[in-house]
Amino acid sequence: MVLGCAGAFRRVWSVLELLNLTFGPPECILFPPQMSMLILCPYTFVVACLRHKSKPKVSNKEPSSSLIVALPLPTAAAQLRLAARYFRFQKLLLQKNTSMEAKTSEDHLKVQKMKKKVLRKQVRAQHTLMRHEGIKCVSHATQSLVIANAGLGNGMSRQQLLRILEEYGAMETLLMPPNKPYSFVKYRTTEEAKKAFNTLNGKEVTLEDCGQDIILYINFVEKVSLQNAVPTSLPPGLMVIEKIISPEEEKRLLESIDWKGDEDTQNAQKTLKHRRVKHFGYEFRYDNNNVDKDKPLPGGLPEICNPFLEKCLKQGYIKHKPDQLTVNQYEPGQGIPPHTDTHSAFEDEIISLSLGAEIVMDFKHPDGHTVAIMLPRCSLLVMTGESRYLWTHGITPRKYDVVQASELGQKVRTITADVGDLTLNRRETRTSFTFRKVRRSPCNCIYPSVCDSQKGQQRLVQPSFPQNEMEASKLEQEYVHKVYEEIATHFSSTRHSPWPQIVEFLRSLPTGSIVADIGCGNGKYLGINEDLYMVGCDRSKNLVDICGEKHFQAFVCDALSVPIRSGSCDACISIAVIHHFSTAERRLATIRELARLLRPGGTALIYVWAMEQEYKSQKSKYLKEKSGSKNKDKEMNTGTVQRPLNDQGPDNSSQDSAWSHQLLNDFKDESCGAKPVADFRLPVHTNRTSFHSQDLLVPWHLKGGTKKKEESADTVVVPSGSKELQGLSPVFHRYYHVFCEGELEAVCRSLDCVRVQKSYYDQGNWCVILEKL
Amino acid sequence: MKLLTHNLLSSHVPGLRPGGGFPLRIEAAEVRVRPVPFNAAFVSRLVPRLRWDALREAAESLGRPSELPPEPTPGYEDDEEFLRRLHHVLLEVEVLEGSLQCPDSGRRFPISRGVPNLLLTEDEA
Repeated sequence: MVLGCAGAFRRVWSVLELLNLTFGPPECILFPPQMSMLILCPYTFVVACLRHKSKPKVSNKEPSSSLIVALPLPTAAAQLRLAARYFRFQKLLLQKNTSMEAKTSEDHLKVQKMKKKVLRKQVRAQHTLMRHEGIKCVSHATQSLVIANAGLGNGMSRQQLLRILEEYGAMETLLMPPNKPYSFVKYRTTEEAKKAFNTLNGKEVTLEDCGQDIILYINFVEKVSLQNAVPTSLPPGLMVIEKIISPEEEKRLLESIDWKGDEDTQNAQKTLKHRRVKHFGYEFRYDNNNVDKDKPLPGGLPEICNPFLEKCLKQGYIKHKPDQLTVNQYEPGQGIPPHTDTHSAFEDEIISLSLGAEIVMDFKHPDGHTVAIMLPRCSLLVMTGESRYLWTHGITPRKYDVVQASELGQKVRTITADVGDLTLNRRETRTSFTFRKVRRSPCNCIYPSVCDSQKGQQRLVQPSFPQNEMEASKLEQEYVHKVYEEIATHFSSTRHSPWPQIVEFLRSLPTGSIVADIGCGNGKYLGINEDLYMVGCDRSKNLVDICGEKHFQAFVCDALSVPIRSGSCDACISIAVIHHFSTAERRLATIRELARLLRPGGTALIYVWAMEQEYKSQKSKYLKEKSGSKNKDKEMNTGTVQRPLNDQGPDNSSQDSAWSHQLLNDFKDESCGAKPVADFRLPVHTNRTSFHSQDLLVPWHLKGGTKKKEESADTVVVPSGSKELQGLSPVFHRYYHVFCEGELEAVCRSLDCVRVQKSYYDQGNWCVILEKL
Repeated sequence: MKLLTHNLLSSHVPGLRPGGGFPLRIEAAEVRVRPVPFNAAFVSRLVPRLRWDALREAAESLGRPSELPPEPTPGYEDDEEFLRRLHHVLLEVEVLEGSLQCPDSGRRFPISRGVPNLLLTEDEA
């Protein structure tokens, strides 16, 4: 009966796989006489024919004689004929089904429906696992199962799952990856796995910890994934010292904090959205993430902390005695958004005592790498150097933490150290004492990209205008390639709407045109017109990988040397690419390379950013979408980001106007061998303002863009208006050469092999369409 | 990487003889076949743009030797069977893992998750 559920011709194979999964490998498929059933497995044509002597009949009983033949289908026509037959067959089957079902009781129908539903969901789980996690399910029975809906990410504890699974046999491993809604189990034998599969697939289970009902969907996998099993090391500069204080000291410290009713007393106390806090020594202000250094709170630090602090100094955990204390109290479900303590506010060493309960703290590097660290009760967290300055730390608001299950595992402080040993841990009220030393001089750490003290001084370390080919290549390496690699995920998330005139160009090309997108970024133009064959390339591997995930044709290369054979393209586009090359020669070489790819008569569309952001008294979108312009200076000084990152045009800016003309002259003079005399520093642009220089650095404020969607349940929601996260985002600078009116056209005209077909201005960009001669 | 993309690619290692570096040799570790809707006009227009021998060689290196004739059959525009086979080879067969090797210099470029990395190192460029 089951074949009746095949929805479409091309899904026959997945239906068979389903049969396989649910009832074991199908020994035969039954057909009416004289009919062939076509099973399509991608491009391997398998025809399973069975000739049955009796009347047309469909059943799941084993037939007396069966025959399965694999034949390559010789022609497309034959393939179509078989397809047509299949459809007729299916119709027949459906009719038969309906008539038979009418006879059966309603209960039977319900069972059938339920079975179908489980199958559907199970297959969906299969697809989800494949798409999001790259986990490949198999249709034959193996020792290993992946169990969807039974993961730490959706509230299943290791203990409960172990109890459920051990009924069916001895397990070799049970892997529960953190934050994922699935787990892997490997049984000793395939038989046991099969038994578990047959009983548990589609079974409803009540989660012990929260009382919620879930349904398990199970698939076989070839082997259990061990991707996360690599031990994670602690962020550099971080230490966790266990049992730094005794339970008695812990009790005394906790009792010393009076949370009741002294809202208006000397020690600033607040109930924040996510937790209760109290400050000593200096008040930490959440509006500017800093302290008023000349307004100490009366009373200083509580006397009771002194013995502990003396111990820390003596043991060498800290070098300076702290003068500021923040006490935080977290109820289960509360947390603190990821942040780095403001560099200019506090000295290097930051220490934090965990009292009352253990908790897991998440550390994150700007490159997206995260490490979850267990802070046991009565332990001290010491953050210095990179872990204090560069990494963010935070506590995810949730009621359970994922922790190592075994005692041995708990010795390892990073949580992902062993995926085979994770479980859930209910949170209790945790109080932290965080001691810091207020900084009296500007921070001079070695992480200027995230340092608020060094933001104003960045011009001191700014690169200068390149004097030769090598410097140019170095500048681009540092201020274009590396930056895109770093910001790829965030950048891609802001690049989704294609620009209309570029879409129009792509739509105007004839069917079957071969088009190369040189500098394709996240591939937003690669899927515009399905009648084209588009290939994209980009210098940034991370961006090209995003294209690959979208199933676009893309590869990694440099626009100066594109590995495409000459004359093979009908059209090329180069959108927002050439302005990243730092000398006139290199920009020209890029266009020459573009022209090389074109067949005679082929066209290329080029977009570059314009110096003129206001043209014919029209402001570009880039300028118009500027927000909070009044805060421009503040932005520069404090690094707080208020500007929405936006799709139209890259962000940009600059300060000095004097030498833009100078550079323009350089551009003109370069052919005569004249070199710029002075060692020009490249100015840093203020986002959403007009340009004052043609060569400049444009800031990019990185937002935590490396999170994947499925993790969103765990991400911290920052209330709008909260400044807590602002100023923490690392800033990257990209080099740009913005083009003056006529400049792009002039470069193109210097090439003999192309003709400028059209030249225009589009929303702050200069654009040309070239034709290969 | 589809085989049509491969047909467009050419090694760009500096110092190759004119016209060298083509075709890149495919060393495939994982190949996937993903159905793509067939469009006869589309495939038919691609034919004159192809380097046929390179395409056949590529198909052969993926263990699909006899799917293409030695050269496009005359009047292929109306030969649906031919166009479907070509469609399959050009657009549906993808190399997911493996490498591309420059036939002249021997330089290998990795293909990972369907994405070839043809970036030359600073020294090479």
